[in-house]
Amino acid sequence: MEANIHFPDPSKVREELIQKYPAKVAKKRAKSIIVNDPQIIPEVQANVRTVPGIITQRGCSYAGCKGVVLGPTRDIVNIVHGPIGCSFYAWLTRRNQTRTESLMDANYIPYCFSTDMQEENVVFGGEKKLKIAIQEAYDLFHPKSIAIFSTCPVGLIGDDVHAASKEMREKFGDCNVFGFSCEGYRGVSQSAGHHIANNGVFKHMVGRDNTPSVGKYKLNLLGEYNIGGDAFEIERIFEKCGITLVASFSGNSTVSQIENAHTADLNVILCHRSINYMGDMMETKYGIPWMKVNFVGAESTAKSLRKIAEYFGDEELKAKVEEVIAEETPRVKAIIDEILPRTTGKTAMLFVGGSRAHHYQDLFAELGMTTVAAGYEFAHRDDYEGRHVLPSIKVDADSKNIEELKVLPDPELFNPRKTEAELEALKEKGLEINGYEGMMKQMTKKSLVVDDLSHYESEKLIEIYKPDIFCAGIKEKYVVQKMGIPLKQLHSYDYGGPYTGFEGAVNFYKDIDRMVNNPVWKLIKAPWEKAGNGAGLAASYVTQ
Amino acid sequence: MLLRHTSKEVKEREGLTINPAKTCQPIGAMYAALGIHGCLPHSHGSQGCCSYHRSTLTRHYKEPVMAATSSFTEGASVFGGQANLLAAIETIFSVYEPDIIAVHSTCLSETIGDDLQQITRKAKDDGKIPEGKYVIFASTPSFIGSHITGYANMVTGIATQFAVSTGVKKHQYNIIAGWMEPSDMREIKRLSKELGVKIVLFPDTSDVLDAPQTGKHVFYPKGGTTVEELKSAGDSLASLALGSISAEPAAIALEKSCKVPFETLDIPIGLSATDRFIMALSKVAGVKVPDEITAERGRLVDVMADMEQYLYGKRVALFGDPDQLLPLTEFLLDLNMKPVHIVSGTPGQRFEKQMRKLLDARSPETNFRNGLQADMFLLHQWMKNEPVDLLIGNTYGKYMARDEDVPFIRFGFPILDRIGHSYFPNVGYSGSLRLVEKLLNALMDRQDRDALEEKFELVM
Repeated sequence: MEANIHFPDPSKVREELIQKYPAKVAKKRAKSIIVNDPQIIPEVQANVRTVPGIITQRGCSYAGCKGVVLGPTRDIVNIVHGPIGCSFYAWLTRRNQTRTESLMDANYIPYCFSTDMQEENVVFGGEKKLKIAIQEAYDLFHPKSIAIFSTCPVGLIGDDVHAASKEMREKFGDCNVFGFSCEGYRGVSQSAGHHIANNGVFKHMVGRDNTPSVGKYKLNLLGEYNIGGDAFEIERIFEKCGITLVASFSGNSTVSQIENAHTADLNVILCHRSINYMGDMMETKYGIPWMKVNFVGAESTAKSLRKIAEYFGDEELKAKVEEVIAEETPRVKAIIDEILPRTTGKTAMLFVGGSRAHHYQDLFAELGMTTVAAGYEFAHRDDYEGRHVLPSIKVDADSKNIEELKVLPDPELFNPRKTEAELEALKEKGLEINGYEGMMKQMTKKSLVVDDLSHYESEKLIEIYKPDIFCAGIKEKYVVQKMGIPLKQLHSYDYGGPYTGFEGAVNFYKDIDRMVNNPVWKLIKAPWEKAGNGAGLAASYVTQ
Repeated sequence: MLLRHTSKEVKEREGLTINPAKTCQPIGAMYAALGIHGCLPHSHGSQGCCSYHRSTLTRHYKEPVMAATSSFTEGASVFGGQANLLAAIETIFSVYEPDIIAVHSTCLSETIGDDLQQITRKAKDDGKIPEGKYVIFASTPSFIGSHITGYANMVTGIATQFAVSTGVKKHQYNIIAGWMEPSDMREIKRLSKELGVKIVLFPDTSDVLDAPQTGKHVFYPKGGTTVEELKSAGDSLASLALGSISAEPAAIALEKSCKVPFETLDIPIGLSATDRFIMALSKVAGVKVPDEITAERGRLVDVMADMEQYLYGKRVALFGDPDQLLPLTEFLLDLNMKPVHIVSGTPGQRFEKQMRKLLDARSPETNFRNGLQADMFLLHQWMKNEPVDLLIGNTYGKYMARDEDVPFIRFGFPILDRIGHSYFPNVGYSGSLRLVEKLLNALMDRQDRDALEEKFELVM
């Protein structure tokens, strides 16, 4: 499909983006700036080091591990072992909402825990202080779990957070203490931290509680972090459909849910980048297939619900899902019909995350808007090109340092939920099991795909394309808005949301309509700065 | 309850910090470097540091915060970050074209022992620093001090690496800004102009972090102390350091390197601290205080007198940074209010002694603690034991304020959920007047909310 709107020549754009770079940098960046062709799907260089000095959107491994994956589970005391900053910056800034049933239930999300490592701890080792901190957390709160997160100095000075955790876990007996080696320098972005988090959660949490979960259609929701209440909306829809959510990884989740997750019959994955490892490992160990879904966008939500119903293959569920879709759709349609004339034909750019730059294209499509350029901050080639490229991805030095867990079928608990034949049949019905086709297949021909977009490139793209809206994060927000272009934050949603499901789609339509049509963008120039409207007027009164 | 696990019983802790009233050095260094015109701050460490600092500063200012990073990987952490920093310097000068790169270290680069002086010298020797451009640096290990220490270290780096003494004194005075907002810096400049004193203010984030909307992103906004001004600081007649923790180290360094004598003052928050600032500036420069400033002062005292009944005896808990807490506490005492609990995560005996001295003289029973484990968790526990009428602190205080149902005034860093701090000062007489207005609004809104119907007042 080729968009109706006029694109600048994308290969020229590509040249312009790299011309200012030193030769070596230009050569490297060129491989990450790709003109899309959904039929061929060209290779995109991704998950490689950012050139030092380039102003990047990326963060670190710790951010991916503690901030993204572990942060949203409310009843773990997350102690950050390191100097104070790392824990401080990840304190409540990701908007992971959570809802306890009563005031008696544990919720440590509003708290920030740190060992506040001092110089003497760096010189003489910090393990002793860490163990004291764990003991104090246990004495004060008696939590079910305490997780320890290593920051940069920890790995360098050789503190063994795993040994310290094990010692304290054995000492307490009733509190699961475990550690993560998620030092900020590991890998090339947050992505390394996701993998490390997946490994730790899989090793230390999943499978601890074998109590059979109750429900006819039992699934886990993977890669949904309840930013702005996204998980609440998905929970609402599941409940309406009669689908049982055993555990969420990890929005609005609890320790017990995750420990019991292996009793579900399906894993649905939203953010493929941050949690696909978990899907694969649970498949191998417990025989639970996973399926990529997308609850961002009303049509995508309906499609995903149908996929889930098809997976369970139950007529009752299929009928219920259709009933729910029929019930929810008119409200959504009424709103989009009203908004569509004001948004149709406009253009968007999305440079964010490891899945959002893909998912949100669905919502823009529903708004009649075209995504002219997109890219991820920390994704891998499979998120762009589809999982079929996995065997051809070269494992470089930075990825090699991230542990790949060797997972085997559990001798007792392995139970394939579907036979090979059933899986084949599902595939024939168009259900992609354990697969993801990536972002580029969905994007228009000649649109631009840029991985790990730099600040410089973003300004150039805006100058050339003049998009109606730019989607990124907080660091880019006010830079882009200074250029007179509204920026929608797709990490924090500009403190709005939810944007998932039917309710979320309505919220997003309204927000984008408000942003692209806001009169403020026409008020930037003062009257005396506009042509033919100068100070001559005052002067003419004077002379009269 | 948001902080439902915070118990009333206070237990001493040695290992665990909960809800810190401080953050780490590098963010302070980044903020200070933004106050130099044409300067790109550079974080020598993992990408996460730079990303977190930029995000926090951006949320606080709702403005672009540009900074680069050495993007350490595991290899750099093992073999040293020199290659990364040299590559970064080359990339930055060709792509982002700053006049200055201000490099600060992180816990990572400090732990592996990278020597910024040696690496920046090598960059110069290797010809990676174009003619007329500068790379300055500050060592800011996150495991020492706090964000305030990092700010002080970068300001010291700015002072020592730019200022030169030509032997010919200039008829000007340095004002070294402690950690304050762009609005405060703008107000310091206005007051100095009003007094007729020529100053070099550094750092100066006004017109950088409060830039106008023009439809263009100006990578290096018009504000910030210029290199010329900074160089000339070595020839100034004297320096006034505003803040003994965040500004004085730079003044000491400047005295040592360029023999510029200095005086340390509090940040002029509140009546008494502003009085001392105006007196010091007029005395050092030998100028008479103009009537307009006397009138500004008079307006502040007038409001303090007229509204005293609403402030008298009100119990206040506050947390934040040393150089702001000291004059703020003094101002609360001038307003006849009662500081009950004070906490700052920034360690240091200097601050402890200064605050103790002030409290011993005017409010000896006040709970005060700074340094390790002097965190918001402790403050909250204190509040549960001895309740207050008002809480003053950064945005994180809103969780305690809501749980304890206490009016809350945002003050300090970071303020993530309101605007104003970048535009309206807290310093000087007019800034202090704004503070009084905020105090009154918070307390009087509460009185209105809680008044019985028959006690609801029209005129207050």
